[in-house]
Amino acid sequence: MSNKQTLVVIGNGMVGQHFLSSLAGSAAMADYRVVTFCEEPRPAYDRVHLSEYFAGKSAEDLSLVEAGFFAEHGIEIHLGDKAVAIDRVAKQVTSAKGLTIAYDKLVLATGSYPFVPPVPGHERPQCLVYRTIEDLEAIQAAAAQSKVGAVVGGGLLGLEAAKALKDLGLETHVIEFAPRLMAVQLDEGGGAMLKHKIEALGVNVHLNKNTTLIDDGVQCRHKMNFADGQVLETDIVLFSAGIRPRDEMARQSGLEVGPRGGIVIDNQCRTSDPDIYAIGECALWNGQIFGLVAPGYTMARTVAAALNGDAASFTGADMSTKLKLMGVDVASIGDAHARTPGALVYTYQNGSAEVYKRLVVSQDKKHLLGAVLVGDAAGYGTLLQYCLNGIELPENPDSLILPQRSDQSVGLGPDALPASAQICSCHDVSKGQVCGAIEAGCLTLGDLKAQTKAATGCGGCSALLKSVLDCELGKMGVAVSTDLCEHFAYTRQDLYNLVMVGQIKTFDELLDKHGKGLGCDVCKQAVGSILASYWNDYILEKPHIGLQDTNDTFLANMQKDGTYSVVPRIAGGEITPDMLIVLGQVGKKYNLYTKITGGQRVDFFGARLEQLPAIWKELTDAGFESGHAYGKSLRTVKSCVGSTWCRFGVDDSVGLAIELENRYKGLRAPHKIKFAVSGCTRECAEAQGKDIGVIATENGWNLYVCGNGGMKPRHADLLATNLDKETLIKYIDRVLIFYVRTAARLQRTSVWMENMEGGLEYLKSVVIDDKLGIGADLEQQMHHVVDTYQCEWKTTLQDEQRLKRFRHFVNSDQADDNVVFVEERGQIRPANDFERKHFKLVEEAA
Amino acid sequence: MSSWIDVCSIDDLQPDSGICALVGGRQVAIFFLPRRQAVYAIGNFDPFSRANVLSRGMIGDIGGEPMVASPMYKQHFHLHTGVCFEDPSVATPAYRVRIDRGRVAVQLPE
Repeated sequence: MSNKQTLVVIGNGMVGQHFLSSLAGSAAMADYRVVTFCEEPRPAYDRVHLSEYFAGKSAEDLSLVEAGFFAEHGIEIHLGDKAVAIDRVAKQVTSAKGLTIAYDKLVLATGSYPFVPPVPGHERPQCLVYRTIEDLEAIQAAAAQSKVGAVVGGGLLGLEAAKALKDLGLETHVIEFAPRLMAVQLDEGGGAMLKHKIEALGVNVHLNKNTTLIDDGVQCRHKMNFADGQVLETDIVLFSAGIRPRDEMARQSGLEVGPRGGIVIDNQCRTSDPDIYAIGECALWNGQIFGLVAPGYTMARTVAAALNGDAASFTGADMSTKLKLMGVDVASIGDAHARTPGALVYTYQNGSAEVYKRLVVSQDKKHLLGAVLVGDAAGYGTLLQYCLNGIELPENPDSLILPQRSDQSVGLGPDALPASAQICSCHDVSKGQVCGAIEAGCLTLGDLKAQTKAATGCGGCSALLKSVLDCELGKMGVAVSTDLCEHFAYTRQDLYNLVMVGQIKTFDELLDKHGKGLGCDVCKQAVGSILASYWNDYILEKPHIGLQDTNDTFLANMQKDGTYSVVPRIAGGEITPDMLIVLGQVGKKYNLYTKITGGQRVDFFGARLEQLPAIWKELTDAGFESGHAYGKSLRTVKSCVGSTWCRFGVDDSVGLAIELENRYKGLRAPHKIKFAVSGCTRECAEAQGKDIGVIATENGWNLYVCGNGGMKPRHADLLATNLDKETLIKYIDRVLIFYVRTAARLQRTSVWMENMEGGLEYLKSVVIDDKLGIGADLEQQMHHVVDTYQCEWKTTLQDEQRLKRFRHFVNSDQADDNVVFVEERGQIRPANDFERKHFKLVEEAA
Repeated sequence: MSSWIDVCSIDDLQPDSGICALVGGRQVAIFFLPRRQAVYAIGNFDPFSRANVLSRGMIGDIGGEPMVASPMYKQHFHLHTGVCFEDPSVATPAYRVRIDRGRVAVQLPE
């Protein structure tokens, strides 16, 4: 006979499950036999990300329950069995399947249901709601035979539902009763901006619309009739007009409920019966229902703590939210509607960038009361900290929402946050706890996340967590390791020097002499690149094969579905019509998706591994060379048309571009390199955005270096002016080899320049004045690379052994049946997960 | 215990690299580490990118444990167990593999 008490939990949604896992981690677990009822056929899943189900996530992907959770903790779960009645006198719960369980403590986590307005016709077929995976399956089935869908409700959930319909390929309408979208969270300006952005995505938004009747349509299944006399025809109606608490069992058993529903609870989440708790969206606290998951989680932890004998209370919740709705950033903080007496409002609106920001501050301008952000929610974390922690605002609060036009930083440094500041709201982790974990030895983001759970919920706080970590590490004076990886206690530059000095030719030799273990994808690639730039061997020589990432191994770029792209070199972008026809023929023959690149070349996509040799055979036979699009190497030299044709051109930019591209093709570097040559200062080739940029002037060539158009654009610096071609090439040789020798792994020229002590002046002194006396040595190495150039595809095609690798299976000529294409705008593209499943069904049926 | 299925010759193995074989309808990635004189076999399907590409990843070790890095998004998988280093709740199947008289053979579970 056990002396355990019985704890019954009704509902296994997000909050019910959070309660179980909080309890499972506490000592109280030993005191209870735990029984839980779950009406749905599967345990808790992530309802917040429900729409990802349409994007290919499975029910298992969305699950919030670790495999074996219930068994491991001895929790009895009754799936697909709904609790239907509570007998508070006998203290027992009865289920739909007739099970009766006596309880000592009872937790109600029954959640809510979608409110369907009692519009005549709401019960017609294909009038649906959006709440469970079963609802989504019904929507998917309905969408398969529909063209138009309408969502009633323009709140958070309604817009999520609209995204789902849009993703299913339907013409989508959102019908909102209020005069703006997301009326609870956004003000008028924010709602208008959101409407504009959502309409730009192809969703029709109808405001101020009161649906009075749904009846038969002419073009579509239904006709929605509105109070203003207008009508809308649609095949599906999705109701998403808010939620109502599921309190029917509580009512029947005589628990106190609110006048508009909701089970009344106190600060300990106790109902009017002290042995019964209610948590989540079924609970009414201080007259409020909380429709967000975070407050529900806090309630769940409160009850788990109470059962464990710990003091805890629920005292309301911050309703601030930040989300990406259909790709649009939307955030709302605190008193977004400026309802606080005396509140002052700052608004920033940028029509062309479609950004709307609004700050609500206290009368004395010292404290942030609320904010609305649409189109750019980057400031959310900082603003939320100001608001929640009562941090005093800067002198001009509007600097927090105005675009930064200079280098001044307006962000709130992590140092300004008090220890009590909440960093992670999903798991309620404070800055103090984070700092404690860092002091206790969590020196990496991964350790910190594992230890504190911060940033493991929605992930919205990971940037903030990282900045706290960096700040604390800086204060502790912890030197960040510059070791390449666990196999080499050296930087890339060190390894380069070891290769040069020791004349080392293979990875194995370097590992034996200076490293340990087997190596990994980090050090192998870095060393592979060093060996290639120093020796310029064929990269698929046996000792080098394992050092290449898939792109270099197969001399093509891997795409998202495992197929590859093919990019032949078109030096300077100059190509004859005959050569262009060859490209067209190859693209057509192998049914490849074809695109002109930004670098003046032709990109073919969708080549299967086993097709690559045949495609390249045709291309090399016609005179094309590898474009090295797969390597960290010279990609392209863009050019304008120059003095040959252009009215303004002062020199032959095409001729020089071709010469430079042929000179440096095949050079392997820490990162990919792009060049451009412009024939005059009009700069049509955009040379100042490239690693090496050359611009013609009346007096010669101007050389720009270390520009970048990538994630962090940087204009190139002017290194030298009015050069003749010979000097120009000498300088480029020196700059490139100096970069190849001294840059860090995967460091672009722009970052290399920014990190260089002495900056541009130092580089000038090395390249132009030859201050280090290595100019000739640098040129010498470049000559070696230029002289030993080979087209890697040509070499590869000549070797039967080598070509054996270009098969999907070693023991079969079959192709990978997981590669599926569909047609879009007359060309192929990879099928998405939904189309892939559909394709398989069609195949099986055939 | 099910029987061993002959796959290919040891000459088809790629030193310090992988190949893909079709074994009983399954795509199996087979890796050869000459430094350890070891052969490993795991599923070829990358659970993160949902593409059949793991055989084309780079191999090496993490803390002495043999691994392959997915060529797609670079997660690392243990060559013995198929478990992902970054997220142990994700794994690809691991298979028994042996070399016998110059032939590579894989054993599928029942």
